[in-house]
Amino acid sequence: MFQDILVSGLVNGGVYALLAIGFSLIFGVARIVNIAHTAFYMLASYALYGLLVIGGMPLVLAIPLAVVAVVALSLVCYKLVIEPVRQHESAVLIATIALALIFQESLLVSFGGSFLGIPAAVDGFVSVLGVRVSNQRLIILVVVAATLAATWFLLYRTKLGLAIRASANDQEIANLMGMNVNRVAMLTVGISVALAAIAGVVVAPVFVVDPLMWLSPLVTMLAIVVLGGLGSLKGSLIGAFIIGYVEAITVFAVPSGAFLKGAVALSIMVIVLLIRPEGLFGVVFEEER
Amino acid sequence: MKLNRWATTLGALALLAAGSAAAQNIKIGILGPMAFVQGENHWAGAEMARDEINKAGGIQVGASKRQIEIVKVDTNELQSVPDATNAIERAISRDKVDFLIGGFRSEAVLAMQEVAMDNKKLFLGAGAADAKLCDNVTKDYERYKYWFRVTPTKSADLARSLFAVLGSIGAQIRTDLKKEVPKVAILSEKAAWTEALVKAVQDTLPKMKMEVVGTWAPSPLATDVTAELSAIKRANADIVFTIVSGPMGIVLGRQMGELQLSAVAFGINVEAQKDGFWQATAGKGNYVSTLDTFSEVEVTPKTVPFVKAFKERFKKAPTYNAATYDAISILRVAIEQAGSIDADKLVPLIEKMEHVGSAAVATWDKSHDLIWAVGKTSGIAVQWQDGKKVAFWPPQVKGMQPFKMPN
Repeated sequence: MFQDILVSGLVNGGVYALLAIGFSLIFGVARIVNIAHTAFYMLASYALYGLLVIGGMPLVLAIPLAVVAVVALSLVCYKLVIEPVRQHESAVLIATIALALIFQESLLVSFGGSFLGIPAAVDGFVSVLGVRVSNQRLIILVVVAATLAATWFLLYRTKLGLAIRASANDQEIANLMGMNVNRVAMLTVGISVALAAIAGVVVAPVFVVDPLMWLSPLVTMLAIVVLGGLGSLKGSLIGAFIIGYVEAITVFAVPSGAFLKGAVALSIMVIVLLIRPEGLFGVVFEEER
Repeated sequence: MKLNRWATTLGALALLAAGSAAAQNIKIGILGPMAFVQGENHWAGAEMARDEINKAGGIQVGASKRQIEIVKVDTNELQSVPDATNAIERAISRDKVDFLIGGFRSEAVLAMQEVAMDNKKLFLGAGAADAKLCDNVTKDYERYKYWFRVTPTKSADLARSLFAVLGSIGAQIRTDLKKEVPKVAILSEKAAWTEALVKAVQDTLPKMKMEVVGTWAPSPLATDVTAELSAIKRANADIVFTIVSGPMGIVLGRQMGELQLSAVAFGINVEAQKDGFWQATAGKGNYVSTLDTFSEVEVTPKTVPFVKAFKERFKKAPTYNAATYDAISILRVAIEQAGSIDADKLVPLIEKMEHVGSAAVATWDKSHDLIWAVGKTSGIAVQWQDGKKVAFWPPQVKGMQPFKMPN
């Protein structure tokens, strides 16, 4: 049972981590409340389904095309819907909820409510410590590591990353320092949606695709980012694996309570917040103190 | 001259009266979640019945023939019970339907039943298995007598079908794998309709000389059961007994196939009854088996012609919800016998009826629930074999194929 928990927690934590990195960037670092983040993840899954399964396109073409299409759509949405109300956090919240619902209903009308399956990139499985893990999940772990490295590099070793962090820290001063804050915000949205889209094309073959698939990852992502601490990529990563392990332990320790795994994970988040409100590794901005 | 004019006027009036009586259609509300497979099938089965009956002239009500008009009522019950009760209220008060057929999710059908009974409308169920729907009839006959269940059998009887099939699968495991006591892992979604079934399975399996190695209960919407399957594999289960109606049924089929578990999945898996299951599991859902209702096997003389005609018209196989076709047929028989559409006259006729439908040979007990019998109302069992859904039980029905174990 111990090996099952070890491997299961690692693999599922990896899936959450991939989703959490993008969410952490937009919500934790840039502090843009984009509720439609997981809806873009869903759009990327459907785009891949459309190109790969319906269109018959080869995988190497379908994946980049799906990601690019979703990012382009997100930039259009940002310009039209989010930028005009960016100063008002609650307006951004409401506008992005509306966007997510529009995506959901459009997909429901075009693809129907039934569940769809996307074939894995690589079939088969390997045995890790006696536990069978499908190849697609191992691919996910590799992609997690790669995107994490790339995002860290972007944020801490490039000028753009500096601008993103500075704008999030204090937008007025950043503006006075000569950074084009609007452009920085748009690029942040683009990058975070790209991360969500990558998650969508890599993770979708492991789950089922349906127009409501954006809802439960949203709750889990909010929990992970808040647990790990807003503003900290490292925190989100650790939070993702904590949640992954908590869920694995719940299923193995209490099989008939397997349906509670989500609730247990969220309870852990609540407990951590009661003890340490800024989360485990949170970066608290001056205005929020 | 005057007599002539009187005669023509009276004749015209008589024709007008007869014309308007014949033009008054019998309105049947078809209730279901129309954006989803269940509602699509409710509607498709009803369309087939309507077209067949209207082409033959309609239903004979006393002296005149009346056509059927079906009204699509989208309950959206999978997402919201209040949406369902609103929909049925509208169907009764605005669309003025005479009869109600359909429903799927037990929680919503229980609420809709109340509305139908408030309005004394005959409501034939075509989807929900909760026993309470018919317990209500026993509790307060005068109020609930307008409810009859057409499909499926109640949860407890689904259990009887399950045990009958499990017995034959268990026997096959004993001979093929030389195991005296097959190990069974219960994988059931956490929902109202499964509770009685899980308890029944836990109690009955030891009596059938099978060992229950554990009960896992993920959420019906769970998108990942690898943790559960890992534990099930470790428990060395031979059979994964599934009690699932939601998308988790797709996930378990796919992940069992991807991880090449040696156990076979059998039970209730509503998603596995659908044509789209194979694609949804990306072709990995081999050996997944489930109770089902429709297949091209001769459960009744009407089954194969109905399934063939359905496939030709709608380009997909029917799910059990398409038994709205049988429900409309039941109404027709009762109305023609009674010579009226008065619900109070129809109730006693349906109570005594034996109806040979496409899904089953149906008779009802005092609580207006289906009486269970193998080969009549027990349904069939099907297994996915290399992309095709193949029927393997009950053995006495023509067209059955052998059950396969994963190697």
